[in-house]
Amino acid sequence: MSTEYNPRELLICVAARLMEDGTTAFIGTGIPMLAAALAQKLHAPNLVTVFEFGGTGAILEELPLAVGEERTFHRALSATGICDTMETAQRGFIEYGFLGGAQIDPYGNLNSTVIGDHARPKARLPGSGGANDVGSHCWRTIAIMQHDARRFVPKVDFITTPGYLTGPGAREAAGLPPGTGPYRVVSSLALMGFDDATKRMKLLAVHPGVTVEQVIQNTGFELLLADRIEETPPPTAEELRLLREEIDPHHLYI
Amino acid sequence: MHVVESGIGPLIQPPDMNAFREWNRLHKNKALVDKLMSEQEAISRFMFDGAYIGTELYGTVRCPMSLIRELIRQGYKDLRVAGQGVMELDLLLATGRVRALDITYIGNEVYGISANLRREVESGRVQQVVEWSNGGITWRFKAAAMGVPFIPVRSMLGTDTLKYSAAKVVECPFTGEKVALLPALILDVGFIHVHRADRYGNCQIDGIAGFATEMARACKRLIVSAEEIIPTEEIRKRPDRTVIPYYLVDAVVHAPFGSHPGEMCYVYRRDEELIREWVKEMEQPDTAQAYLQKYVYGPKNHEEYMDLVGRDRLESLRYRKGGQP
Repeated sequence: MSTEYNPRELLICVAARLMEDGTTAFIGTGIPMLAAALAQKLHAPNLVTVFEFGGTGAILEELPLAVGEERTFHRALSATGICDTMETAQRGFIEYGFLGGAQIDPYGNLNSTVIGDHARPKARLPGSGGANDVGSHCWRTIAIMQHDARRFVPKVDFITTPGYLTGPGAREAAGLPPGTGPYRVVSSLALMGFDDATKRMKLLAVHPGVTVEQVIQNTGFELLLADRIEETPPPTAEELRLLREEIDPHHLYI
Repeated sequence: MHVVESGIGPLIQPPDMNAFREWNRLHKNKALVDKLMSEQEAISRFMFDGAYIGTELYGTVRCPMSLIRELIRQGYKDLRVAGQGVMELDLLLATGRVRALDITYIGNEVYGISANLRREVESGRVQQVVEWSNGGITWRFKAAAMGVPFIPVRSMLGTDTLKYSAAKVVECPFTGEKVALLPALILDVGFIHVHRADRYGNCQIDGIAGFATEMARACKRLIVSAEEIIPTEEIRKRPDRTVIPYYLVDAVVHAPFGSHPGEMCYVYRRDEELIREWVKEMEQPDTAQAYLQKYVYGPKNHEEYMDLVGRDRLESLRYRKGGQP
């Protein structure tokens, strides 16, 4: 098998490596599902996936195409409903939450509602869905993003899902549960975290073949830099094999 | 209670819990009466122009598609809609008859943004768009189901989702912390597709229940369609399986493959080819109208829709015995 990989495969691998065994993760449609499936087949067989419409603990043998479809509770531990999963997150049971969006700002605030003005938008996007709830209640959220200056913006057009809002203390001041917030941003170019003191986005690692300069150029705001910037290890042959042969053999996503 | 912040969105459907109680006393029949009827009769009896409606489903699963196609055929306009949906709301938006949306998510999931949502909202044909989260809108149904006018939650705080909603932020009278209050949401007419129901409206759902439990209890009128109509004796054998009891239901419609081109968990998979056709046709206004013509206005009812799609094709979507794909 070719060890060449496409950007999507890399994103999935980097996201999968962030998932720990023996904990809970709120999973949305798309890349997070593939990443969770990959993590379960490698280092996290007991990663408990939570799908918002009620599936908890599914074994992701086949790829779900929708957040509520049967595969989201395939051989799962419980099949309830959306109130149960959202309330479980609100009670503090869910460690990780995966998010995406059309725009992200330095504090990790995400927009998936409108581009332009709300009253007369240039583009009407789908809306929050479960994203606002995930971003409000999960302990640590991970955003998965295409990386360019149109998406990494100084100020999002609309805060659909809370990151650190306006900076340190802002989440707590707004009434959001203390100790929650953005943890990582996995982009097509790099891996980012958030600075403890300022709550601003910080570059942690660049993907293979990507320079720090390139990441900076493709970011529409000033990105903090870690003291030592790592390089993301490329997808392994085994990761690629699992993705291509077992997880997404029909190439619906990759 | 001190209101710290108020969303600037209009409250499209203000809750009146006393009126809801009165309604439930006077208009919800507590007797076991036969409610099995055709989709034409169910829709024409309970729908009206300007109604505030909602559908219960998740993604493309358990969509009340046959009911929505009939609703469109009958031509109701100026609809106000609780917007948590995929295909059925995309279809409604394609008719240009939606005037107000309490939106949380309308899109095509893996196939991206709904072109109909874009056209209808960006053109201003949908005149009011009020934002909520998925948890938020479900909790609004839960408040109505509880019979209380609002519910405190910790979602939406600090965001534009709250600013453009009709929620309020208050200081909790017990802890002093900020909490969002979401108004109860009572539908004029709700639509739910289930696996099985008896003639009185006792319903069973297999697999996850999405928000059926909450929404069913938050409707002035509830129209249920079911893959199968079963004898009440079957219901009585497993009363723990009844997620929607008869007294919540106003009409029961028999609709095998009622979720097509969506799916029904453990029964049939979704029709990927026709969903792709759908998404493609919806991209442009003229092809969207052609789609409506072919699949909604063309067939006179769900039986004719099934003939159009093809009975063999539908049967081929069924899972092998024992469920699971």
